[in-house]
Amino acid sequence: MTAPTVDAPPPEPCLPKRRGVELVLLTAAVLISVCGYAAVGLTKDASVPADAASYGAGLGLLALLAHLAVRVRAPYADPLLLPIAVLLNGIGLVLIFRLDLETPHDAAAPTQLVWSTFGVALFIAVVVLLRDHRVLRGYGYLSVAAALCLMIVPILFPAVNGAKIWIRLGGLSIQPGEFAKVLLAVFFAAYLAVNHHALSYTGRRIWGLQLPTMRVFAPILAIWLISVCVLILERDLGTSLLFFGLFIIMLYVATGRGSWIAIGMVMAAFGAFAVGNLEPHVRSRVDDWLHPFASIAAGEGAGQIAQSLFAFSAGGVLGTGLGMGHSILIGFAAKSDFILATAGEELGLAGLCALFLLYALIVERGYRAGLALRDPFGRLLAIGLASILAIQVFVIAGGVMGLIPLTGMAMPFLAQGGSSLVTNWVIVALLIRVSDSARRPHPEAVEPGVVVPVVEAAS
Amino acid sequence: MTRCIRRAAACCLLLLIALLGNAARVQVVQADSLDTNQANRRPVITRYGQPRGNILVDGKAVTGSKDTGEQLRFERAYRDGPLYAPVTGYASQTYGTALVENAEDGILSGEDARLAPFPLWNELTRTQEPGGDVATTIKARVQEAAYYGLDGRRGAVAAVEPSTGRILALVSSPSYDPGQISGTGPRAAGNWAKLNRLSSRPMLDRAIRETYPPGSAFKIVTAAAALESGAVSDIDEDTGTPDPYILPGTSTELPNEAEGCANATLSYAIEASCNTVLAGLGVRVGLGGMAGTARKFGFNDSGLRIPSAVARSNFDTDMSEDQLALSSIGQFNTTATPLQMAMVSAAVANGGVLMRPHLIDRTLDHNGATIRRTEDSTYSRVMDDSTAEQLQQMMAAVVTEGTGSNAAIPGATVGGKTGTAQNGLHNSGTPYAWFISWAQADDAARPAVAVAVVVEDASAHRADISGGGFAAPIAKAVMEAALED
Repeated sequence: MTAPTVDAPPPEPCLPKRRGVELVLLTAAVLISVCGYAAVGLTKDASVPADAASYGAGLGLLALLAHLAVRVRAPYADPLLLPIAVLLNGIGLVLIFRLDLETPHDAAAPTQLVWSTFGVALFIAVVVLLRDHRVLRGYGYLSVAAALCLMIVPILFPAVNGAKIWIRLGGLSIQPGEFAKVLLAVFFAAYLAVNHHALSYTGRRIWGLQLPTMRVFAPILAIWLISVCVLILERDLGTSLLFFGLFIIMLYVATGRGSWIAIGMVMAAFGAFAVGNLEPHVRSRVDDWLHPFASIAAGEGAGQIAQSLFAFSAGGVLGTGLGMGHSILIGFAAKSDFILATAGEELGLAGLCALFLLYALIVERGYRAGLALRDPFGRLLAIGLASILAIQVFVIAGGVMGLIPLTGMAMPFLAQGGSSLVTNWVIVALLIRVSDSARRPHPEAVEPGVVVPVVEAAS
Repeated sequence: MTRCIRRAAACCLLLLIALLGNAARVQVVQADSLDTNQANRRPVITRYGQPRGNILVDGKAVTGSKDTGEQLRFERAYRDGPLYAPVTGYASQTYGTALVENAEDGILSGEDARLAPFPLWNELTRTQEPGGDVATTIKARVQEAAYYGLDGRRGAVAAVEPSTGRILALVSSPSYDPGQISGTGPRAAGNWAKLNRLSSRPMLDRAIRETYPPGSAFKIVTAAAALESGAVSDIDEDTGTPDPYILPGTSTELPNEAEGCANATLSYAIEASCNTVLAGLGVRVGLGGMAGTARKFGFNDSGLRIPSAVARSNFDTDMSEDQLALSSIGQFNTTATPLQMAMVSAAVANGGVLMRPHLIDRTLDHNGATIRRTEDSTYSRVMDDSTAEQLQQMMAAVVTEGTGSNAAIPGATVGGKTGTAQNGLHNSGTPYAWFISWAQADDAARPAVAVAVVVEDASAHRADISGGGFAAPIAKAVMEAALED
């Protein structure tokens, strides 16, 4: 796991852009989604849905526009990011449409389609308008202020399902906390890029641990604490876990100090213990995780986690097939937090592994861009954004599959929920931007000790 | 920084491996225990996700399936529910299954492995075959005759074909419509509660699940034991029994309802239904002989299945002589299901060979191909041909000259035996009216049907309850229907 820190050879003059590959993959992604849509129709009504073609055309058009934006504005961007995002979004739409068939009075797919369009539009806007990710460096404090505002606003609104994370505007309900993730990542990247040396090499040592000076460390700690407090007030455990993980990873990457991990773990343990004892809401989540079948033994029927596990196990290796499962038994959160259970039941272990690997590929591509970039801000931003996705996927997938306690969080791109979808499209847009910069053949300046991207072998 | 990024990436890889490993754990390793968890509704949803196979009478379905469009999609429906309830039982999404619906549930629901052409393939793909059908031995015309004969009065009818053991009719009255409790929700729950609350107990299958004192109808068993044991060698010889008969070891007198029973012959005693003669013969045969013969007829067999379990008919195997005397005329602790009494009649009609009663003729897959046929089998050899012949003569005389004249059918030989069983302590309850009989068309080689009818009508006058008056006309209608085929 150690990397050579030799001075890099001059980069290859002509790195392939791979936009053609992206287009082919996009076509495949759209086709897979349309096939899934058709499969649901064939299973449920023994006929291909009448609007299958228009669904394909719509998704294809969105993909094409996004592709064109990338082709024009970020020609060197990683060719995998956009197709995977389109595929995940397409599969998510199919799954939600499939669940809508069980709840005719409550259709979520059309809304999700609108949000998808909005997400892609935002993606295009970011790719087109943000010429260089380093522009964001100057907005660190602005974004953290915005993030805190976004997190505080929902406290004024009524709680939904025990969590105060929504604001309602007319018919729309928005989760501002979702957007705050990206803003916070931008802030952390900007702040740490400037201060990482100060954080690493100043301050006193206690018990062999290098502690940073308070002057540098205080702002970060303050902002982090404020955000965690807000989250506890809003009872949104998942997001607080995400911020925490993001904070630790970025701090570690910026400073290179393992002590951060240790301190983080101690803080996490303390925080978890405190919250677990103060919050009955959190406590019950932990109990559900430890004893998912307790409600059955008590004669109250299966709880959400038990129902979710039943769905996954019913899928087995190959799945029941789209439209043949009964994941709707999970109840009201089947389309949002538990969307993965539908994938697990109807696509089986095979489909689930494929989905996990798709997410892993996005994360890997983000990390790869981070490795190849030369400016600390860009590196930290890439790592931060990729880590947001990684942590989100782990926390929610682990939660619905009984690996860790369940925390309310949306499966990126799959789950019902406009805010999450749009946010993830912005994350992908930013990753496209940094990967374009990373793979661009004429770097402006090479920092010492930074590895220049290794040219991929043409496959 | 680069090294840290690589390490962070390695952490993400660990998270991925944890997710993949956990997915395999839930979906493969623990799958079986999760799939069979009692709270997992999937097996139930699968079960009701397809129409249930049908129960056939005369090759026509008396059941159906109703598509409710709800989560448990197909609900059991019944054509002529009350008529066939004692045969079909119920198949309820809330309360489970009973009788044939229960005994052949695997075939009807499609879960039976024999329905699948390639069982291993079905295991792998987790598919379920369409439900198969169950053809019963019931004859609609006979069943209807019995049901409308009882006409809502409390009672039961069992009819079997003596030479095969095929059950031609099983009726319990008052009946209920099993379709009322097929589904889920308040309607089914309300109906269930109401049916269980009613004092008439419509859900009790009186034909095979209720036992009654058989009264004088049991005298056929006693007569068979007397002839088999040699206690009586000639049915037209005086038996030398006094009237009234003093129960052995007591000073209790046993009276007769009939005239001319003192020292009567066995044939007259059966014809006129003399208590004294048969009580005395029972004592003379002895406990061992009586219990042995009763056992051959099917009494004391708690393992009888048709394929549903039949309640155990009882003849005590440990009692004093006075109790034996009373038991021998179908009182004391002697009890019988209507099916058991039909078996008694059938054994006599079939020359002493009792065929095992059965209700299922064959099971079919959804294409109509036979999966399993029920072969006729012998339950026991109860008595010699000669004994059976003598009993047939005596039973025929009951109809031609005795208490069973209401059952006579022109163009057929009918043998019968009436019974009026005391009910309750000191005969305080309404007695039950019994009639057991068999019929053979004059041009037929063997008897077509053996019937047992019991009527327990609490609303009737006590004096009017007699096997001949109440039960014999019903038996006659049932036999006529059976003879028509």
